[in-house]
Amino acid sequence: MTNLRQAARRVGLAWTPGHTTLVIIAGAALLGLLPFVKMGLVVNGVFLGAIIAVGAIGLTLVYGILNFANIAHGDYMTLGAYVTLFLVGSSQTDTATWAARGIFPALGIESEAGLGPFTFGYPVLVALPVAVAVVAAGAIALDFAVYRRLRDRGVNAVVLAMASLGVAIALRGLAQIIWSGDTQHLPRESKLVYRLPMDVRVAPDAIFVAIAAIVLVTVVYFVLTHTRMGKAMRATADNADLALVSGIDTRRVIWWTWGMGAGLAATAGVMLAVFQAQLLPIMGWRFLIPLFAAVILGGLGNPYGALVGAFVIGVASEVSTQWINPSYKPAVAFAILIVMLLVRPRGIFGSPG
Amino acid sequence: MDVIGALDYTVGFAVMASIYAMFALGLNVHWGFTGLFNIGIAGFFALGAYTSALLTTPPPDPALFEDFVFGGNWAGIPFLDLGVDLWFLLALGAAGAACGVVALLIGYATLRLRDDYLAIATLGIAETARLFFLNEKWAANGSKGLYSIPQFLGDLVPPDRYDYLYLVVALASLAVTFVAVERAIKSPWGRALRAIREDEVAAAASGKNVSRFKLQAFVFGAVIMGIGGALFAHHVRVLSPITFDPLLATFVIWAMLMVGGSGNNRGAVLGAFAVWGIWAGTQFLPGVFRDPNLRLFMIGALIVAVILIRPGGILGEERRVTRV
Repeated sequence: MTNLRQAARRVGLAWTPGHTTLVIIAGAALLGLLPFVKMGLVVNGVFLGAIIAVGAIGLTLVYGILNFANIAHGDYMTLGAYVTLFLVGSSQTDTATWAARGIFPALGIESEAGLGPFTFGYPVLVALPVAVAVVAAGAIALDFAVYRRLRDRGVNAVVLAMASLGVAIALRGLAQIIWSGDTQHLPRESKLVYRLPMDVRVAPDAIFVAIAAIVLVTVVYFVLTHTRMGKAMRATADNADLALVSGIDTRRVIWWTWGMGAGLAATAGVMLAVFQAQLLPIMGWRFLIPLFAAVILGGLGNPYGALVGAFVIGVASEVSTQWINPSYKPAVAFAILIVMLLVRPRGIFGSPG
Repeated sequence: MDVIGALDYTVGFAVMASIYAMFALGLNVHWGFTGLFNIGIAGFFALGAYTSALLTTPPPDPALFEDFVFGGNWAGIPFLDLGVDLWFLLALGAAGAACGVVALLIGYATLRLRDDYLAIATLGIAETARLFFLNEKWAANGSKGLYSIPQFLGDLVPPDRYDYLYLVVALASLAVTFVAVERAIKSPWGRALRAIREDEVAAAASGKNVSRFKLQAFVFGAVIMGIGGALFAHHVRVLSPITFDPLLATFVIWAMLMVGGSGNNRGAVLGAFAVWGIWAGTQFLPGVFRDPNLRLFMIGALIVAVILIRPGGILGEERRVTRV
């Protein structure tokens, strides 16, 4: 599938995302040991990279199989976070609008916070799978309503991307109508930050982000390599026509791809909401640049590449804050992307253009 | 509202719609004729507006601006003392040039590659421009923004009737741009652009340097957007990074072009006036319908609906027959 995997196979290794992640973390640790780079920033970058990775793998799957840039992917993230808010309820229950008072509290389940080491409560973990299901179903419904019709008409890939821009705008508008454009918070209880050597501070929720990313990447890896649907997805990504004539039901492949991609996006949205300790309707749109930077860096349609790209972007944009204003993080991701496109336009591992 | 008031309102509306029509024409060069997917119009919008404003605004008063040190001094520098009105014309050109240079650099990096890379790159331009003007207080006064941006020929008419004069300026700029784009598109150069949009491989096979044509079209459209941004700056006279949020500076312009008819310059202008009319009209609606979030949703839904139901928009692309 990739040069990296071929190279690994040649030396007798079965290359898995686990290996990739280990190499990335080793590389990041080495970077952090450099005297002029703060280890704390590198560690933060790895956590940010984990969120980008979950979003970017979904984006790259959709890219690989449907062959267009889904501009609405960031807004699927936003939606995932807000569906969770809808169920769990916001921390400001007295002032919240009807849509942010929470379904669980209305059912008599109190919005508890501070589960174990984390700032959020178990309701968030209960709401997460629901959010994933809702956003996945929504993405499949949107495919029926919009993208399938355009595909049948045989339009150019850019027209599909254009349609996804319209979808992105409409989804954000919908989120703002329902939940208002203001910043909201999930119920949280402050927890102590872990202090590690070398001035590294790890927020407890960062551990949740890391665990969620590891679980999801493993699941995606097993689905892609060990299930019939996963094989069908990879075959369709390689050559859709060939897959179709070999008897693969490409329609079902497309549904599964939307479901997986949007489900991953929804989870990434919840991870981001927890990690940043706030929800904002524009959060997904603002996250598009790091997402696409990671996807393009890793080579379009290549999930392993997206994983690597995500950590490169995450670490680089965090470490850059040592020298430049932290609000320029998206601009740093953009700069890396432009340099990459000039030097190695097909991504780190290459991909069909 | 009395007759004079209604007329004043209409004139103000027409100025804004004409400025938006400039953007729709620029986007038509990108998307309508060449198929370039620019979702960062806001970046060129902001760059053009700020460039022009910084070149013409009076020197910053230290009492008013804490951190703002740059800009505004140009019109006052002795040997550059051409007066605000001449500087306005220079600043329009400078705004176009600034956008052209940025488009050249980013286009060079991305246009040789897949189509959708440009979308991400333009999004990056818009975000970078926003962050720059927000954070670099020395350059543009940060989030407080610029104000008292001078008017072109402002001494000629009473301030409360200034829009009447500016409407002439805006319409003249729109007319010049319209003719320029029409002529360019009818030329062999424009024909090559449309060939590239329809079938890149075929265009390349008939000896056209595809990425070069795309780059030229990208720069051309960006220059128009820069000039539009400058016209906007001298109309509203107050700029801050919030002015250029994606809704008003990118999405609305997309809706204008799609509704009017991409690939048709008359459609682009028509779409700008129609959508801006709806936009301004909803302000008079009661209650929920005035909700700006509802407008955001409607703009998105409108774009999807046009693509699905009537991809050509109201006017659609004209069939052009080449006469030899």
